[in-house]
Amino acid sequence: MKRSLLLAALVLVSHSVVAKDWDKIRFATEGAYPPFNSTAPDGSVQGFDVDIGNALCAEMKAECTWVKQEWDGMIPALMSRKFDAISASMSITAERKKKVDFTDKYYATPLALVAKKGSPLRPELASLKGKRIGVQRGTVADNFAGHFWADHGVDLVRYAKQEEVYLDLGAGRIDATWVDALEADGGFLTKPAGAEYDFAGSQVFGRNAEEKAVIGEGVGIAIRKRDADLRDKLNTALKAIRANGTYDEIRKKYFPHDIYGE
Amino acid sequence: MIEWAVITENLPEYAAGLWLTLQLTVLSLVAGLLLAVPLAVLRTAGPLVVSRMVWAYSYFFRGTPMLVQLLLVYYGLGQFEWVQARWAEGNGFWLIFREPYGCALVTFALNTCAYTTEIIAGALRATPHGEIEAAQACGMSRLTVIRRILVPGALRRAIPAYSNEAIFMLHGTAIASTITLVDLTGAARNAYSQHFAPFEAFIFAGLIYMCVTFALVGLFRLAERRWLGHLQPRKAGSVKA
Repeated sequence: MKRSLLLAALVLVSHSVVAKDWDKIRFATEGAYPPFNSTAPDGSVQGFDVDIGNALCAEMKAECTWVKQEWDGMIPALMSRKFDAISASMSITAERKKKVDFTDKYYATPLALVAKKGSPLRPELASLKGKRIGVQRGTVADNFAGHFWADHGVDLVRYAKQEEVYLDLGAGRIDATWVDALEADGGFLTKPAGAEYDFAGSQVFGRNAEEKAVIGEGVGIAIRKRDADLRDKLNTALKAIRANGTYDEIRKKYFPHDIYGE
Repeated sequence: MIEWAVITENLPEYAAGLWLTLQLTVLSLVAGLLLAVPLAVLRTAGPLVVSRMVWAYSYFFRGTPMLVQLLLVYYGLGQFEWVQARWAEGNGFWLIFREPYGCALVTFALNTCAYTTEIIAGALRATPHGEIEAAQACGMSRLTVIRRILVPGALRRAIPAYSNEAIFMLHGTAIASTITLVDLTGAARNAYSQHFAPFEAFIFAGLIYMCVTFALVGLFRLAERRWLGHLQPRKAGSVKA
């Protein structure tokens, strides 16, 4: 009896390893980065990233489940097979590409500085020297600020969640936050807590080749390197929902303007 | 395979993190201990109302997780506009709670003080009756008995239990990284998010914590030998005939 159970378990395990038709996909998102992903009162995840993931699954006729995962453990958890794909507004950067693979971008967004309305701060080294700037640890904004500012006199404060950065900005502990512009707009500036705050200076897509290399080429869905077949399927589905209007329908729910970029 | 670059590239940050961890541990332990001695005396020998107040304080801090206390002090206090107004006018006392360092230090000190108070209070209660009677027979006043007999004896007896508290505190400071402080754990988290290599980032921090723990254990062993030596079983070989 025990032996047959073991055998059955073995068959099950080997089956799930071999079966790569991807009729079931486990997606992960953070659930603390509105409007891209956030957690509903009932604990489920919602937002642009989640809607796009679900639309891709519908297109691929796959059954999708969602896992909530803290941001700084996202890539290690993907690599240790806690889930199969990350749809959590993750920018496609050279640093991350060393560890994981990405689909084509599904949107692109600039970085921006957010501070009290009328603040003279600008997203330039000279303006930020001696100021306390909050970023979410492990984001493109963090990489950018760490690369160009932290060693030159800007006091960089790292948080686990972007929502905590807004809390401390509201409490006056930091002078500004350096963050994805769309996330700041949808997650903070258009909400009551962000009423007294605004973008300071212009939004940054990368003002030179060096900055562009750090900011990356847009936001994609991350998968394990060995799952090239999943990446191809997701890319095909992404092209399909871009072509048939599903993508634009979802985008209109959250943003008035196009966010795909050129 | 191990990515050594995760550790070597972040060595300066680990070193700065260790320094902050040591500061938080030592400063909160010292402040907590200094405050705990009078509180323990009040808890055991003070008037009933005062004793109950000390009990309520230590009950609250021992009854809630230190992480919850820290989040309450850091994010909770910062939420109130009244507190923000005190920050704006530069009130020295409230500015402590604006800085993550101040929040961590105050929380940790109050937390360890609550545990230490109970440890010392227990040791006070364990004072042999004969010692007190002898002191009274010598004509010592109540205060002199506390100062000369009760407290010194209790502090000696509290050393083994207190050494555990000190080690818990060292490990407890790891939660400082949740309020933006880059302590040893914060340095490991930064290394981890830069390289996506959790094993290397955290095993290195773990090894450093372990070394500091061993150093602490060694220090407390020396302290026990110095102040509790008379209670240790005498070794047969050490008796000179």
